[in-house]
Amino acid sequence: MANVFPKWVNTIPIKVIVAAILIKTAVIAGFTYYFTPKYTRVGYAPTQPVAFSHALHSGQLEIDCRYCHTNVDRSEHSNVPATEVCMSCHSMVRKDDPLLAPVRDSYASGEPIPWVRIHKTPDYVYFNHAVHVNRGISCVECHGRVDQMKVVHHDKPLSMGFCLECHRNPEEYIRPPEEVYNLDWERPETEEFKETAVGFVHDWKVNPPQSCSGCHR
Amino acid sequence: MSNSIQHSTAEATRTALLAKVQPAHLKDEPLVANDRDFNWVTDKICCVVETKTPVWWWVSMVVALMTASFTGIGLLWLVSTGVGVWGLANPINWGWAIVNFVFWIGIGHAGTLISAVLCLLKQGWRTSINRAAEAMTIFAVVCAGIFPLFHVGRVWFAWWLFPIPNSNVIWPQFRSPLEWDVFAVSTYGTVSVLFWYMGMIPDLAVLRDRAVQRLKKDAYEGAGALAKGMDYFRKNLYAIFAMGWRNAGNHWRNYEMAYLVLAGLSTPLVLSVHTIVSFDFALAVLPGWHTTIFPPYFVAGAIFSGFGMVLTLMLPLRALYGLHDLITQRHIDNMCKICLGTGSIVGYAYIMEFFIAWYGANPYESYAFINRAFGQYWWAYLMMFSCNVFTPQLFWFKKVRKNAALVWIMSIFINVGMWFERFVITVTSLANDFLPSSWGYYSPTIVDILTFFGTFGLFSVLFLLFLRFLPLMPIAEVKFVMPAADPHGHSKDRQGGTH
Repeated sequence: MANVFPKWVNTIPIKVIVAAILIKTAVIAGFTYYFTPKYTRVGYAPTQPVAFSHALHSGQLEIDCRYCHTNVDRSEHSNVPATEVCMSCHSMVRKDDPLLAPVRDSYASGEPIPWVRIHKTPDYVYFNHAVHVNRGISCVECHGRVDQMKVVHHDKPLSMGFCLECHRNPEEYIRPPEEVYNLDWERPETEEFKETAVGFVHDWKVNPPQSCSGCHR
Repeated sequence: MSNSIQHSTAEATRTALLAKVQPAHLKDEPLVANDRDFNWVTDKICCVVETKTPVWWWVSMVVALMTASFTGIGLLWLVSTGVGVWGLANPINWGWAIVNFVFWIGIGHAGTLISAVLCLLKQGWRTSINRAAEAMTIFAVVCAGIFPLFHVGRVWFAWWLFPIPNSNVIWPQFRSPLEWDVFAVSTYGTVSVLFWYMGMIPDLAVLRDRAVQRLKKDAYEGAGALAKGMDYFRKNLYAIFAMGWRNAGNHWRNYEMAYLVLAGLSTPLVLSVHTIVSFDFALAVLPGWHTTIFPPYFVAGAIFSGFGMVLTLMLPLRALYGLHDLITQRHIDNMCKICLGTGSIVGYAYIMEFFIAWYGANPYESYAFINRAFGQYWWAYLMMFSCNVFTPQLFWFKKVRKNAALVWIMSIFINVGMWFERFVITVTSLANDFLPSSWGYYSPTIVDILTFFGTFGLFSVLFLLFLRFLPLMPIAEVKFVMPAADPHGHSKDRQGGTH
């Protein structure tokens, strides 16, 4: 019986397999790079209605994070300060600076400044700021060196993998409570400190949940 | 010396005895009746695919498609609304979905048993039913898979069931029997498809070559261009899937080896898949579920229900295509006997569960079983018990086995009974567990009902397509077991031989 197909057809399966492997690799690599929070979220730095510089206030002037974000250690939500907080200084300091005109307008009219939100967890994630900062997890772990940012950008991926990395090994991220708001603090790379960190985790009963319902309630 | 004297005495006694009792010279019924030749078998099986589509096929296809659309509607409803459209609510969060899953998965087991276990045991009668039974297995797995897949609710996340690295840095829970289920069922599906397809390659080549020959003769005057076009289509389609099979000796050698390897791989699956399905229940601590009898009991039930379904499909098939010479009374007898055997194991398990509930002296356990039989779901238990325990016992009688219509009706009873078995196990234990304050009653919703009944349509659609486009019996393997393959009666394990 004559062949139905010519001989070169025999090479089709191997070509298909090779092509499939290449395409799959490309798709997976492309997806991993371009469609995960490491790429889609990190670096987001919207223009804010007021050119507020964290580098100046937090870095140079060394104002504590909690001066403006007053609820961070008391509430699950860390608040963006009201205009009144700005005016507590700027009613005296640089009170006629044109850059601060929107702040003064807001203070006069009572309309809040429309700050653009940068860090946003999905609505099915319950993140509690207070339990983190009160148990030795610094702002810098999730927000980066905000004290060096003239314009705040999204610094860490804040993906689920990012959360779990710390939840699985809290002793590698925990720090003395007095250093939580010191974004400049450097972790001592000593055996002694490692033991101290393990001690923190134990003594403060840090037991970060790894079950679904720990964060997705 | 004394040894040989003993031996000759024994021999003499034996001869004398044999002369006295005059044993009858028993011969098995041949597996292909009416002295058919090889050519007849090829023609018979190929013509199912090659002749004009019969009217009943179109009618059945339309009905099946319409029924299958129920599943489509049910699933669309579920995906667009949420898993709450099923009748699941505390405390019964496993209702029809898991019942239907276990029901369909169980049905698949007969195909694997026929193709793998009976192959290794050299049961010649498997040949004329194994292809269709394997098709049934695959389609049943397809129907089964729908339920757990859509039970996850957000079906687009179903890939989380597989251990694939992801940016969430999480893995499935490997300690959960539900995760084992994922591996068991996907392995089962893969091996079944491979087995089915590989076994079909020589037959696809036959269909290809027949189309090529018809095109060569070019005798299409009466039939017209459509018939010729169809043969072109067939030639190319079957040529692709026959993968260059030339019927050469080394092809057959490789084929036989691969078949044996796959049979060896599938044999443990017959036992393991339903064992793992039973772990979904047995590993929970719920009274009525937490029993060691579950794995063997589930496996027996699966084979029981599977053979029930094979009978349900084969008997009409035999009548519609006139396959009485290929699926003989001997085949039906054997299938009925397997139903009888496994059905009796299932019945024994039902009774043993009660015995252990009493013997174990655990009040929760005894309550679970008394509640099962006499509680709020007594009607389901009665349905299960009467269909699964009493029905197969009728297969002791040759008269019953010879009555094809009766066997068919009883096979339906088996299917119904086995569905109720899964319902009873799942629902009664959940509805009345340790805490009376949380007891409840489960009823399916219209979405449950639509989705489930639609799967029968889906199954039928797939099976009808199989009948229309693929050889429904392994042509070469049927020929191996024909009397014509052993004209001199040398082969004892081939079926023409004597005992």
